[in-house]
Amino acid sequence: MSRRLKSGGRLIDRTKPVEFTCDGKALRGYAGDTLASALLANGQRVMGRSFKYHRPRSVVGSGPEEPNALFGIGEGDRFEPNQRATLQEIWPGMTARSQNAWPSLGFDVGRVNDYGSRFLPAGFYYKTFIHPRPLWKHLFEPVIRKAAGLGSAPTVGDGDHYAHQYAFCDTLIVGGGIAGLLAAWTAAKAGERVMLVERGAHWGGRSPVDGATIDGQDAASWVKSTVEALEKMKNVTLMTRCEGSGVYDHGYVLCNQNLTDHIADKSGPRQRLWRVRAGRVVTATGAIERPISFAGNDVPGVMLASAVRDFVANHGVSPGERTVIVTNNDDAYRTAKVLLDAGLRVPAILDVRPNAASDIINEIKSLGVTVHTGRGIAKVHGDARVTGVSVCLQSGDGTVLQEIRCDCVAMSGGWSPVVHLWSHCGGKLWWDEARAMFRPDPDQPPRDGNAQGFVTAIGAASGALTVRQVLADVAETMDTDMPACEDVAEAPIKPVWIMPDGAGPALRAKMWLDYQNDVKVSDVRLAAQEGFESVEHAKRYTTLGMATDQGKLSNINGLAVLADRLDVTIPQVGTTTFRPPYTPITIGALAGEARGDIFQPLRKTPMHDWHEANGAFWEPVGQWRRPYCYPQGGESHADAVAREVKNTRQSLGMLDASTLGKLLVRGPDAGRFLDMLYTNMMSTLNVGRCRYGLMCDENGFLIDDGVVARIDDDTWLCHTTTGGADRIHGWMEDWLQCEWWDWKVHVVNLTEQLAQIAVVGPNARKVMEKLGGMDVKAETLPFMAWADGTLAGLSVRAYRISFSGELSYEIAVPAHQGPELWTALMEAGAEFGITPYGTEALHIMRAEKGFIMIGDETDGTVIPQDLGLDWAISKKKDDYLGKRGQQRDAFQKPGRWKLVGLETLDGSALEDGAYAVADGRNENGQGNVQGRVTSTYMSPTLGKGIAMGLVERGPDRMGEVIKFTRIGQAPQEARIVNAVFFDPEGEKSNV
Amino acid sequence: MSDISISRLPITGMIGLRGDLSSLGKVVKAVTGCALPDQRMCTSADGHTLLWMSRDELLLTCNAEAAEAIASDLRSRLSGVFATVANISSARQVFELKGQGVESLLANVMPVDFARLDASEVRRTRMAQVPAAIWRHDGGWRLMCFRSVADYADGLLRAARPVGA
Repeated sequence: MSRRLKSGGRLIDRTKPVEFTCDGKALRGYAGDTLASALLANGQRVMGRSFKYHRPRSVVGSGPEEPNALFGIGEGDRFEPNQRATLQEIWPGMTARSQNAWPSLGFDVGRVNDYGSRFLPAGFYYKTFIHPRPLWKHLFEPVIRKAAGLGSAPTVGDGDHYAHQYAFCDTLIVGGGIAGLLAAWTAAKAGERVMLVERGAHWGGRSPVDGATIDGQDAASWVKSTVEALEKMKNVTLMTRCEGSGVYDHGYVLCNQNLTDHIADKSGPRQRLWRVRAGRVVTATGAIERPISFAGNDVPGVMLASAVRDFVANHGVSPGERTVIVTNNDDAYRTAKVLLDAGLRVPAILDVRPNAASDIINEIKSLGVTVHTGRGIAKVHGDARVTGVSVCLQSGDGTVLQEIRCDCVAMSGGWSPVVHLWSHCGGKLWWDEARAMFRPDPDQPPRDGNAQGFVTAIGAASGALTVRQVLADVAETMDTDMPACEDVAEAPIKPVWIMPDGAGPALRAKMWLDYQNDVKVSDVRLAAQEGFESVEHAKRYTTLGMATDQGKLSNINGLAVLADRLDVTIPQVGTTTFRPPYTPITIGALAGEARGDIFQPLRKTPMHDWHEANGAFWEPVGQWRRPYCYPQGGESHADAVAREVKNTRQSLGMLDASTLGKLLVRGPDAGRFLDMLYTNMMSTLNVGRCRYGLMCDENGFLIDDGVVARIDDDTWLCHTTTGGADRIHGWMEDWLQCEWWDWKVHVVNLTEQLAQIAVVGPNARKVMEKLGGMDVKAETLPFMAWADGTLAGLSVRAYRISFSGELSYEIAVPAHQGPELWTALMEAGAEFGITPYGTEALHIMRAEKGFIMIGDETDGTVIPQDLGLDWAISKKKDDYLGKRGQQRDAFQKPGRWKLVGLETLDGSALEDGAYAVADGRNENGQGNVQGRVTSTYMSPTLGKGIAMGLVERGPDRMGEVIKFTRIGQAPQEARIVNAVFFDPEGEKSNV
Repeated sequence: MSDISISRLPITGMIGLRGDLSSLGKVVKAVTGCALPDQRMCTSADGHTLLWMSRDELLLTCNAEAAEAIASDLRSRLSGVFATVANISSARQVFELKGQGVESLLANVMPVDFARLDASEVRRTRMAQVPAAIWRHDGGWRLMCFRSVADYADGLLRAARPVGA
């Protein structure tokens, strides 16, 4: 039975009780308790059920490595699953909910999996649920999905908010133990800008519990005075509850700071994600103790030796009355000392080393503790709690020599440096045989842009074990004086990967490696036997190290078992990849401010507010919002679109075209430059005139189109598609900066500078004339010309261009005057029933005219010739981007799909993206196709469905009827026709 | 709340210049009094600010009404030179930020090392998901972004908080 001790607990404040609930039960702890220590203090040892077998589990560790004690914390929109009880500090009113157990932690029906565990070996799902195939989708997967997953996902949006903060420093030190503190002090004294972040709530790491004398002070005092000195320095930023989470290229480090998870006041941001750019990163992240693989090592009450002494020393909590310690190193003897000091009993220490001798061993023996050397645990007794252990020879097969009654087992398999942050960006490791650990290799650090190492691992994180080693390591790597400290000689470790060495299959099947994912020694051996020899394969096959703890306890033990089974050395097997984050980060912290209205930038045209006020139904176009249509009264969108098209064709419409790209291209070589970028000639365009042009990439594929206007001898204005504005600007700069760097051309992106309004329809000229100020007569401003002038008192540039087939002017005006011009047009156009129209009417009118749309008729595999745009490709030019690409054989084949118009026989509209059916089947058994629909609309003008599509040899098959797919229905017949459905002679626009 | 003030300024005159910086510099100096700024810096004179934008680009801020006249003047003085002058006063929104902790607030959304930013430095950078630029002005900061994302920028700045506030 675990309980609160009468005294002790350096981190808790016994004068400040804290009430909280766990699974609805009211419990009490003290300020400074973690959820784990508070539950232990309340006598609750079972803290979770394992993932696969639903075995009862208790806390194993005391830090971020904890695999078992996971809880859902909080309620409603502040509920978050999978929080480690060892890190979760309790606060008044906190609610905790256990996970993966039904109906309760104490009795969980899922436990049947455990009793059948020999039928659930590694790869069970892969092997079992393969046949019959349909059952997977309809039976196996739904059932498995329901049973799978840890914790329950929140059901409502995250009620908290999260902050981001960029920060810069010369040296970022991750970890506030004695190594990190000494490193910070050294860097700070040298005048560097220093950031020191500590994951926990307290400074000093393990040293206050494990004990040391530094510079004549005990560890806790040294830590306190060092922190106080650092706090006084202006060039130092100190943060606790801030985890160094991930190290990335160029010294970029993510640190996640917890701000409110430990307090009842949740009004501020819950977490702050620090996005640090550091000149140098020092990882002082300590080490994690390894469990030992013996049968029953997951029974509640079996804990890491360091965790046992942490709970006693830090929280005044006893995990058990009688603790058997099993170890392969000296460090676990410290646990005996702490337990004895607290008045608890240590019936025996089982030390696998046959002849271990050192000061601390002698000291513990002198206190009357029996030390059994060369011995280990054959089996732990008990189910929901430890009742005793069977002792055996480590070198034997598990034959029981004696049984010892106990309620707690403290195990230590040695220590593994926390190399995660060192490894994130490519730091390499070496296997230290003597210390039985992977250590950062200082000769192969993560490297920056100058091939210099930018991460340094220090202290326990670099493999130092004793305080003296830690301080010496920091002194050497940081080039400073080493503080005075005593030298404690320790007996060497003896690596133990399974206990006992000769354990048979029955014992191996009860030795847990990965607690959270229920992976046992037997599973890893089975994986190796079945050929999953690479550590990465074995990991994925067994799920070792793939749980939320990412194998912090299981990784090294698992690969050692794999190495043993494969009969190779541990470094030959190697580790799996360490990836950020070090511990899970809530998605909200990564999203930061990007939620709600500022989830994404929303680009607004100058007339956005007018559209909104006038009931626009919005269509997202990239980051822009464009009106799709403007429904009036109870009008449906389709009705609104039809009205907009009809009014425009019959009288007058108006479109906000401000999102179109507007690139000013200027310079003595601008004409030559545009001749290379467009497939047709732009250098020959007369000043004052406009020309439609196509742009292709080097492969010949059509990437953009638009109207180009010649402004003066050296200046052109290129319109791009909405989506092409930034892309084509970049494309132009790319060619100018990287390829034709000596050409004298400037590109200025005027997209944001100009509002552009299309005035469209038979009455367009009348409304322009009514506004007054410039001559817009056909003779002065003919089709495909432009002119500067004044309209409604505003300086404008009017282009006589048309994407609708109607008489049309596109009027550009400085963006801030856009709304004024728009309103003036609306007022002047009232007598003509001027109708603002949206993108759908725009699309329909261009389709009626057979005009292509980039992204509809093109998809990155279409060349202009496929679209019958040969007329826009200059035959005179030596070269243009895409010319060579278009000459490739594949583009000359007669069977290419080419653009045609399509009309159904019954006047309905074809389905968007429908395929034209062909005879026969391809090699994959799929029906053959001979074309597809690229644009399809119900034309309000013509009163029937119209479509464009790419069809094999389409232009040669005019009049032919072919079939197009319909989802859930029989194919639909359509006739191949000319793609220009309306006003094929262009009479309406040229008036 | 802190005493930080965030305001959207009315339209600011802006003239974009591209070309050889030394020739641009001479003309701009003659017209506005602003000296050619060093790389990444800005200079000011008589209500004009001249910002270094890239190795062949400058941005001149001025009174909005005067922008077209200044641009024409610059254009005529640069005739015969390979240079481009464009009045782009409508393309951007300028914000003014003042008060204790503005730098920390901006560091919510901008990867800028404010402590090491020169007094006359212009930082063209990113503000969360959009491009933006900042420079010191009159004891506070000027921040500019494209006009179309002005509301987004406004929302970002109002959602941001200095550390500790």
